[in-house]
Amino acid sequence: MALITVSSPHTTRKGNHTGAFMRQVLYATLPGIAVLTWLFGYGTLINLSFAVIVALLTEALVLKIRGRDIRFYLSDYSAVITAVLLAIAIPPTSPWWLTLVGVTFAIVIAKQLYGGLGMNPFNPAMVGYVLLLISFPAEMTRWVAPNEAHSFSTSLQLFFGHIGDVDALTGATPLDTWRTWAGNAEQLASHPILHGNVAGMGWEWVNLAFLLGGLYLIARGIITWHIPAGVLAGVLAMALPFWLIDDIRYGDPLFHLFSGATMLGAFFIATDPVSAATSRNGRLIFGFLIGVLVWVIRTFGGYPDAMAFAVLLLNLSAPTIDYYTQPRTYGHKAAKRGARK
Amino acid sequence: MNSPLTIKSPLAKSAKSAKNSRPIFDFHGGIHPPENKVQSNSTPIQTLALPPLLILPLNMHIGAPAKPIVNIGDRVLKGQKLADANGVVSVPVHAPTSGTITAIGPRAVQHPSGLDAPCIVLQPDGEDRWTERHPIHNWRECSPSTLITRIREAGVAGMGGAGFPSAVKVNLKQGTQIQQLVLNAVECEPYITADDLLMRERADDIVRGIHILQHLIKPHETLIGIEDNKPLAIAAMRAAIENAEKNNGGSIEVVVVPTKYPSGGEKQLIQLLTGKEVPSSGIPAQVGVVCQNIGTALAMYRAIAFGEPLISRITTITGDAVKQPGNVEVLIGTPVSHLLNHAGVSDDKLGRLIMGGPMMGFTLHALDIPVVKTSNCVIAASKEELPEPATEQPCIRCGSCAEVCPADLLPQQLYWYSKTSDLERAQQYNLMDCIECGACAYVCPSNIPLVQYYRFAKGEVRHQVAEQNKADKARERFEARQARIDKELAEKEARRQARLEASRQKALGQVDAKADASNNIDIKAIKAASLAASSAYKAAVKALKTAQAEEADASEVAALSAQVDQLKAAADQAKAAVRDAASAPTSSSGGASDTAAATQSDIHMKALKSAALEASSAYKTAVKAMKTAEENGDGNVAELRAHADTLKSTADAAKAAVRDANTGTAMPAPTSTIDPVETLKKAVLDASSAYKAAVKSVKEAELSDADNLAELRSEADVLKRKADQLKVDLRDAKAAAPNVVKESTTTEAATATQEHAPNTADPIAERAAKMKALKTAYNSANKIWKEANAALERGIREGAENIDERRAKVDLLKARAEGTRAELNELVDQAKAGIRASGSDLKSLKLEAARAESALGSKIKELEEAKKSADEERINVLYQERDMLKREAELAANALKSAVDEQGLSDV
Amino acid sequence: MTTILIAVAALLLLAAVFGALLGFASEKFKVEGDPIVEQIDALLPQTQCGQCGHPGCLPYAEAIANGEDHNKCPPGGEQTVIDLSELLGREVLTLDADEDADVGIKKVAYIREDECIGCTKCIQACPVDAILGAAKLMHTVITDECTGCDLCVEPCPVDCIDMLEVKPTLGTWTWHKPEGIGLRSDTSVPVNVIPVVNL
Repeated sequence: MALITVSSPHTTRKGNHTGAFMRQVLYATLPGIAVLTWLFGYGTLINLSFAVIVALLTEALVLKIRGRDIRFYLSDYSAVITAVLLAIAIPPTSPWWLTLVGVTFAIVIAKQLYGGLGMNPFNPAMVGYVLLLISFPAEMTRWVAPNEAHSFSTSLQLFFGHIGDVDALTGATPLDTWRTWAGNAEQLASHPILHGNVAGMGWEWVNLAFLLGGLYLIARGIITWHIPAGVLAGVLAMALPFWLIDDIRYGDPLFHLFSGATMLGAFFIATDPVSAATSRNGRLIFGFLIGVLVWVIRTFGGYPDAMAFAVLLLNLSAPTIDYYTQPRTYGHKAAKRGARK
Repeated sequence: MNSPLTIKSPLAKSAKSAKNSRPIFDFHGGIHPPENKVQSNSTPIQTLALPPLLILPLNMHIGAPAKPIVNIGDRVLKGQKLADANGVVSVPVHAPTSGTITAIGPRAVQHPSGLDAPCIVLQPDGEDRWTERHPIHNWRECSPSTLITRIREAGVAGMGGAGFPSAVKVNLKQGTQIQQLVLNAVECEPYITADDLLMRERADDIVRGIHILQHLIKPHETLIGIEDNKPLAIAAMRAAIENAEKNNGGSIEVVVVPTKYPSGGEKQLIQLLTGKEVPSSGIPAQVGVVCQNIGTALAMYRAIAFGEPLISRITTITGDAVKQPGNVEVLIGTPVSHLLNHAGVSDDKLGRLIMGGPMMGFTLHALDIPVVKTSNCVIAASKEELPEPATEQPCIRCGSCAEVCPADLLPQQLYWYSKTSDLERAQQYNLMDCIECGACAYVCPSNIPLVQYYRFAKGEVRHQVAEQNKADKARERFEARQARIDKELAEKEARRQARLEASRQKALGQVDAKADASNNIDIKAIKAASLAASSAYKAAVKALKTAQAEEADASEVAALSAQVDQLKAAADQAKAAVRDAASAPTSSSGGASDTAAATQSDIHMKALKSAALEASSAYKTAVKAMKTAEENGDGNVAELRAHADTLKSTADAAKAAVRDANTGTAMPAPTSTIDPVETLKKAVLDASSAYKAAVKSVKEAELSDADNLAELRSEADVLKRKADQLKVDLRDAKAAAPNVVKESTTTEAATATQEHAPNTADPIAERAAKMKALKTAYNSANKIWKEANAALERGIREGAENIDERRAKVDLLKARAEGTRAELNELVDQAKAGIRASGSDLKSLKLEAARAESALGSKIKELEEAKKSADEERINVLYQERDMLKREAELAANALKSAVDEQGLSDV
Repeated sequence: MTTILIAVAALLLLAAVFGALLGFASEKFKVEGDPIVEQIDALLPQTQCGQCGHPGCLPYAEAIANGEDHNKCPPGGEQTVIDLSELLGREVLTLDADEDADVGIKKVAYIREDECIGCTKCIQACPVDAILGAAKLMHTVITDECTGCDLCVEPCPVDCIDMLEVKPTLGTWTWHKPEGIGLRSDTSVPVNVIPVVNL
């Protein structure tokens, strides 16, 4: 017989495991993935599967080079999450090499070279996305029109790089369209893609699906409500007053909230705990500033969507935000500010 | 400004809390682990059979361990005090039953280190016979201090978990106003039900204990905090209070708090009930709150109303590995194994044994660890119930830990800084405010043993502080020592100067005498004198230089330079004398005629006499100076006295020399032979000292890279040659007069003594003499060996030729030294054996002597103190006591001395 | 031409003004003493052992301030070298100690009192006055004051002084750092089957 001698506490919450947390996040993306597939065809699924395989292989390879226990580190599912988020973010028409470059860069450069899970200052998926966006802008903006989902064979062809008549297969997204015709009431009214049931056509469902998944995560206690609420509040805080001032020039709040990657970003990307702020107030500020930046870049920037840039910029500021939002410790008169003596 | 959820938001969630007539507050964070209380709270408190042995750790509380006041083999009664409190923050230990003390020594105790701690082991005799008890029935009329003394003497320490001496907690500083007395009956840790059962079964006694506490600290209100998962206990307490308040009219209020871990933490409970926060590193009394566990209140009641010390407590025994979990009244000191057997443990299921709760308890590493005053629970958990901790994964900064931290810390930051041992940052993030409740580690998805990280970092911080303190103390002591040594050196230098002065005068006298006697043909003596004079001159020059360098008083410098001039003149004169003598027609001292010898001795006599006169007059002047100084209360009396003593001894020596010389003249024949040898000896000594001085100056020059290094070295060589020459001469002279050989080298002395030894009658004295000789022999042999070895090493480094030869020599020397050492050791052992045989133990004698000395010292100090203030009677008493101690100390010292002398160890 | 002259003049004027200002500041805010020596001394372990070749920690601190290598303190170990490098902005040197020397193990002197002959040699050798005793009476080390410099061992004529490792006590024991990510330690202790009676 042997007795275990360890430090207290001797019990932990059941099912308390990073891997389990990450699996919950994966489950929460399922509605979004389903809607994407329904709207845009099998390209999303094909890319997603490929991205996951690439991520696991590259992660395993780097772990081997770094001399780490491969099975132990793969079991936290963090590489899978990165792959899934990146695959969701890139267009379903993307060829295989786009996914390969993005995922490899995300895993190797943005994550493992910083020391692996927990050490990366930036959201790896977004680093990969931004790399692709500025390197291959054409491929990265080639979205399918929402009502013309490709067949499985077309998706496969696209995946293997047989583009064919690209223009026939793709169309502009609502955000793109708005950017092009902002200020021109006649044109805006003539594009059906801007007039779905809630917001831009098709994308409203994508966003609603991700909102559903996000609410599930909050309900399960996987993420706290602070960052998503901050992001949505930030978008709203910018979109609403400007829309009230000039509804031809500036999109309406619902359009901003339910277009592009707003919900995906608010619930799945900005909430990546490693690169986000950690204190409660810090998270609210972090999210709010992302929301503001998203609206600003969408409205005035050179890119149609802005979630990736906004998240990366705020990742940079997260340590500063944490520094200024430390809670007041029990028994202390005021909160200390980090390293100040 | 931050965390709007946390502070002072009245909580209106729980249905039961609606019963409270007062609002309660919330604290930040907290967790809801599975309670696991039903296993043990369904059966009444049971009593336990007497265990075969009771192990009573001397440190069951926070603070200094108690001091045992019983001996092995003593028979003790139940409730008898076995160990006394040691200092203010300490409590005594009592016998839980009657029996015999079988051991006092280290035993395994409840400590995560697994180290043993001093314990008293008591074997019960089964009679369970009480010692005399002194109940205080009219405690309401007693002053708080009387009651506090009683509580302290009864060994009451906090029974909730920390074990802080209760008497200290209720002994408030003068002028402290306590608004709230908080009774902690929260029992928020899973599994534990000891307080629950205690309240259900002994509510009346608890309330009486609370009345005593109210009497002691006079709070404005008294609040009992109970978690809402103990409805029976709440009802029992409310009933008991209603019952008691009928007669008393005090105000005790039961406040139900929602179940949340760790509401039972002292700070958290205070915040829950009063909304106040105990300041960081402060105590509750600073915010007008005193917090006590209800078990402690009960123990206080027993101590006062029944005169029973704290010898038992209620402990929960639970876990999947026992068949009958429940609560038992267990004697303090009962081994856990006894408890486990009572509850029906199954060996094969037991995987982890915890004393305390699953959140903050410590694992036990052995089964004979005793239950102590703070042991509220023993969990015998199976491996499935509390599995081995999972492997640590990387922190993903999810912030769950910060969400649940009751101290509102940032555990993820603390983890980071603890892991990298960045203690400074960790402290800036308030590491020391962590209460180690374990909520963070409970929720951590990465299974990081956060509490262990914090404990490690806290330990390092404490360690660092201790190291820093020690380094500061060492620095202080080093500096003090340096200052003392410098002072001593300065004093020594002053004395040396005085001696030099004396010898200079002597030398001058001699030179004069010799110069006068132009027929004196002992050139060597003159040379020696000249050398002494010149070395004195050199020393004086050096002193002058130092004085100048140190910017001494102008007058002092002037005096010194005058002295230097004088000495220089003397030295020159001496040199001239040497030259003269050398050029004069010489005749060898060896073949001196009787008449010449007679003249010589005559002249010598004269010189000696004048020297003696001079010395004694110098002594007298010194004594006079000393007396004046004493009258004036000068500081340097001691110095002067030392100086006078030296002078006195010089004078005495001089007088003795005169006497010797006188007797010598009476027998002229031997004088003629002795005289040259003596003179030579003196010359040799002088020459070698001059040589040594020269070597020293060479070394100094080497260090300072002086220009005249070569010059100095050659000078030293010349001196060395001279000294050697003199030594040879001395040997020759000795050989010429073998009957006057008195001196020999140290090793020779040893052999000589050994040879002489058989003549002495007393074997012990013989041994003593032998030991002394051997000791000297060993020392010198060892020294020679070391020097030789050093020379050898130098030789090896410099690539000298005859290394092997030298090495052999060194080895020989070493062997010789070791041989002597072995011999010496043998003798020392013999002597020690002798002492032991004679029945007295040297060490205990030494200790006794030292103890007596220190007792005397402290008594004298006390007396001095008393002289300032106390009345005459006390002073007289102290005087008597002091005299007694003095006698005692003398006796002890004598006993030691005689023991040492008896065995002839005194010189070894 | 005049412009150039004006420019040169202006520059010269500025140089003069700032020079005067700097000179004034260096006089006005002159730092008394040599605080760097004190800072170095504060980092040294104060064992006063002399292993650096200086008769104490303060003299060594002065020597370091004057450019001597800062890696000659075996009692301080690597940590002291690192701290000193940080303070002085110098390169981190490897510790100048014997390979087999047990650097970092704290020790205190212990006198085997039975064998002590009371020669007072160790008392004279102790740099921090941590040895008590008088001639011909046994000596004792005040453990709390002993810095473990072992300077008293050499002079003892009967070799009755041992350097003993300082073992942790209940008061000084601390938790060790957890093994770290992906690692686990063996935390179980073997325990015999629970004895029923006498222990």
